[in-house]
Amino acid sequence: LSAFSPHSPVTSEQIEHLHRRFKQLSRDQLTIRKENFDSIPDLEFNPIRGKIVHAFFDKRNLRQESDGLADEINFEDFLTIMSYFRPIEMNMDEEQLDRFRKEKLKFLFHMYDSDHDGKITLQEYRNVVEELLSGNPHLEKESARSIADGAMMEAASICVGQMGPDQVYEGITFDDFLKMWQGIDIETKMHVRFLTMETIAHCY
Amino acid sequence: GQRSSGSPKNSTFAIVSFEWDHVKDPYIITLWILVASLAKIVFHLSHKVTRVVPESALLIVLGLFLGGIVWAADHIASFALTPTVFFFYLLPPIVLDAGYFMPNRLFFGNLGSILLYAVIGTIWNAATTGLSLYGVYQTGIMGPLKSGLLDFLLFGSLIAAVDPVAVLAVFEEVHVNEVLFIIVFGESLLNDAVTVVLYNVFESFVAIGADNVTGIECVKGIVSFFVVSLGGTLVGIFFAFLLSLVSRFTKHVRIIEPGFVFIISYLSYLTAEMLSLSAILAITFCGICCQKYVKANISEQSSTTVRYTMKMLASGAETIIFMFLGISAVNPDIWTWNTAFILLTLVFISVYRVIGVVLQTWILNHYRMVQLEIIDQVVMSYGGLRGAVAFALVVLLDVEKVKDRNLFVSTTIIVVFFTVIFQGLTIKPLVQWLKVKKTEHRDPKLNEKLHGRAFDHILSAIEDISGQIGHNYLRDKWSNFDRKFLSKILMRRSAQKSRDQILNVFHELNLKDAISYVAEGERRGSLAFIRSPSTDNMVNVDFSSPHTSAVESSVSYLLREKAGPVCLDMQALEQRRKSIRDTEDTVAHHTLQQYLYKPRQEHKHLYSRHEIMHNEAEKQDKEIFQRTMRKRLESFKSTKLGINHSKKLNKIHKRDRGQKRRNSSGIPNGKLPSENPVQEFVLKEKDLEFSESEENNDYESLHLGKGVDFLANVTKQNFTDSPNGIDNPVFSADDDQSIYMKFSPWLSNEDTVVPSQRARVQIPYSPSNFRRLAPFRLSNKSVDSFLLADGPEDRPRSFLPESTHM
Repeated sequence: LSAFSPHSPVTSEQIEHLHRRFKQLSRDQLTIRKENFDSIPDLEFNPIRGKIVHAFFDKRNLRQESDGLADEINFEDFLTIMSYFRPIEMNMDEEQLDRFRKEKLKFLFHMYDSDHDGKITLQEYRNVVEELLSGNPHLEKESARSIADGAMMEAASICVGQMGPDQVYEGITFDDFLKMWQGIDIETKMHVRFLTMETIAHCY
Repeated sequence: GQRSSGSPKNSTFAIVSFEWDHVKDPYIITLWILVASLAKIVFHLSHKVTRVVPESALLIVLGLFLGGIVWAADHIASFALTPTVFFFYLLPPIVLDAGYFMPNRLFFGNLGSILLYAVIGTIWNAATTGLSLYGVYQTGIMGPLKSGLLDFLLFGSLIAAVDPVAVLAVFEEVHVNEVLFIIVFGESLLNDAVTVVLYNVFESFVAIGADNVTGIECVKGIVSFFVVSLGGTLVGIFFAFLLSLVSRFTKHVRIIEPGFVFIISYLSYLTAEMLSLSAILAITFCGICCQKYVKANISEQSSTTVRYTMKMLASGAETIIFMFLGISAVNPDIWTWNTAFILLTLVFISVYRVIGVVLQTWILNHYRMVQLEIIDQVVMSYGGLRGAVAFALVVLLDVEKVKDRNLFVSTTIIVVFFTVIFQGLTIKPLVQWLKVKKTEHRDPKLNEKLHGRAFDHILSAIEDISGQIGHNYLRDKWSNFDRKFLSKILMRRSAQKSRDQILNVFHELNLKDAISYVAEGERRGSLAFIRSPSTDNMVNVDFSSPHTSAVESSVSYLLREKAGPVCLDMQALEQRRKSIRDTEDTVAHHTLQQYLYKPRQEHKHLYSRHEIMHNEAEKQDKEIFQRTMRKRLESFKSTKLGINHSKKLNKIHKRDRGQKRRNSSGIPNGKLPSENPVQEFVLKEKDLEFSESEENNDYESLHLGKGVDFLANVTKQNFTDSPNGIDNPVFSADDDQSIYMKFSPWLSNEDTVVPSQRARVQIPYSPSNFRRLAPFRLSNKSVDSFLLADGPEDRPRSFLPESTHM
């Protein structure tokens, strides 16, 4: 387990816990596939479930050089993904914090950028918004679309500022994405408290 | 009593006489209240002063000053803050206000931390302070005192408690982040149980005598803590239940609805006091628990009344408390000076508070998701103010039993003054210096909201995947229980139902209307948007620039486009977009708020004593709803009465064209008993709209679905079919202002703000100005519940809906 430390610096108790959880999800196999995530009942209600599960198999998140989706992930990969959510430690310096922040934001970025081209286009953005709003049956796609458009324009105005009449805003690049999140300290928000060791057995 | 009881018998009939004695007591009380309130006005005249010096400090100084005057004039210590007045009349409103407006989610989310600080922290403070003082006394520095260990412990217990009044007064002006605030504030409220117990225990121990205190007594003391605190809480919950239940049936006695809230809450306080339980806890939990149901049940106006009255009482009580604290200090009888004692008390309470906070935070941080940092700890230690509660408690002491009572009183006064004035003064610069994460007041951008939500969902998902549970388990259980049982019993049926169905319809209509409204506005009303003189729409467009007219890709046009990359003519749109964007942003924000499956963690409240935070979303809801309703009515009407006034129309048509289009939908339809057929005019307006642009057809043909049925039911009551055909002011040669002479009466049975002539002219067809119109009701039925836009969609994993606004 200690071999994992450089890549997944969560504490050893947490690793134990996650290992147990991994075994639960994988039904004692060595790897997890997408289908295994179906066994988590609470996850069903989550509107962006698809994207999240997808994120687990996204090779970019798994720090592999290649692109695309993996079919299955092993425990090490599982931990890698989980490590995106570890809380910041007190003793981090500015540089580490910055790197940390970038990693987390990159994770988010990959979630939005479904075609892996390094840009979040309007269509992709719309997809995200539609999914987020999919919980309510009364809402039409049109409204979701208009929200996405509004958000996109806002992003454009932040990132690019004044544009000439002929310019076209292709999509949000990662740098733009960073700019958008500038004021918000995502590091403190984007973490899960791994501390309670209780697990309700969600999988049967 | 007899009129002339005090005066000598007159032999003649006195036409007028000066009956001072008769009115003395109420008169003086009222005068003091008046003075306190006037003082507040004076303080707030100078912005510079109030920014630096907290109001509480100013009031104390004023009290000192006034007390000094009275003393100099009369050589009597006049009015003191008697414990009776304090505990029965001044404290309950403040605590009720705190409980009723408590951000429940935040409170219960941090309840563990709050309880730790309140209970353990207070005990720690009391014990250490008392013991240390005793220890120092033993060394003899303090000189001869008549107290024993128990007396010191008693003193420690009453000086240890952080005071809710003082904390609120100061933190109000400091604006720290909400978690910090809720912890300190929650602590100050909940430590009452500990204080009461400790105080009573030690007081009786002192009375019994140090020798008679056995182990059994100590055990009894510990037991009494649990009894007092839990008992107080239960009393509060019971009365909350009662209050909610009562409010369910007050539909027909609207006028006295607000009264119930105050009376029943006050009863809870008194009942707890009667049973020697913690009264503060009782009234706090009464407020906390009844919030949601009462707000859902009572009418809009009653709700406003309750809010304002509560704030007024609380604010007033606070003012009086601080002023009287100052006045009471001017009483040489009680002044006993003992330098060592006083100084050491000050030192000890500060030092031990810091130590206590640090230790507890260290423990807590192992269990908390959001860690409490050093800065937070500093603020927590420094913000542990003592106030009037300590003072009242010390004055209650019997000088026979507690020999050094006067010394204690003097010390307490000095401690209170020190913390309120000095710490109150310096906490703001301290906070700024330490750059505490203040509550951010900037409006979250659309992207932030979007991403924020996405991100909360991600966290939830990760929690699910990793098999963690947080608070959410309990919260879900509670909300299920609430939904199945409590809400059924305690909420009006209309409130329950409307939460689900109509809400959805409303929002759906909302959204469609807003989008089409924008489109309309652009097409026809771009002038209105831009040329409006109101300061809300600060839009200045240079009409000569070719961009404005040439821009085809208007914003809403873009919205409907299925383009890939978005082509943005930023410069040209920038100006005009300000107002349009606001609408869209509003719509978008609104939608996001309403529809996004809300994930499990959500904190967003700010408690304020002196302001009632108007939730923007609620206002928007109301406005858009009003507009929706009006439009619906118009369209309903027009289909009913047929469009056969086209002949008359042309005249108006030409006249109106080019003129500012005022709230065409601002002229509501409805009951016009003997009035001009404003409806007719409205009809014409509507038809004019038809002729002018086809955009409205879109709007007309919007599939109303359920909405129409619902609305039809409502509007039936408010309709007069036959136009009267009398003076139609429309046809008068004058300006259109005469149209607005009669603002629709169907609004005026409630308290509507009717815009003046001039205002109406200036009110452009824009959303922001609808705010001037007070909310109205369509029928006598309570529809407020869905105006409050409270409920989440029906989801199995829905959480406790916010009791205030979304």
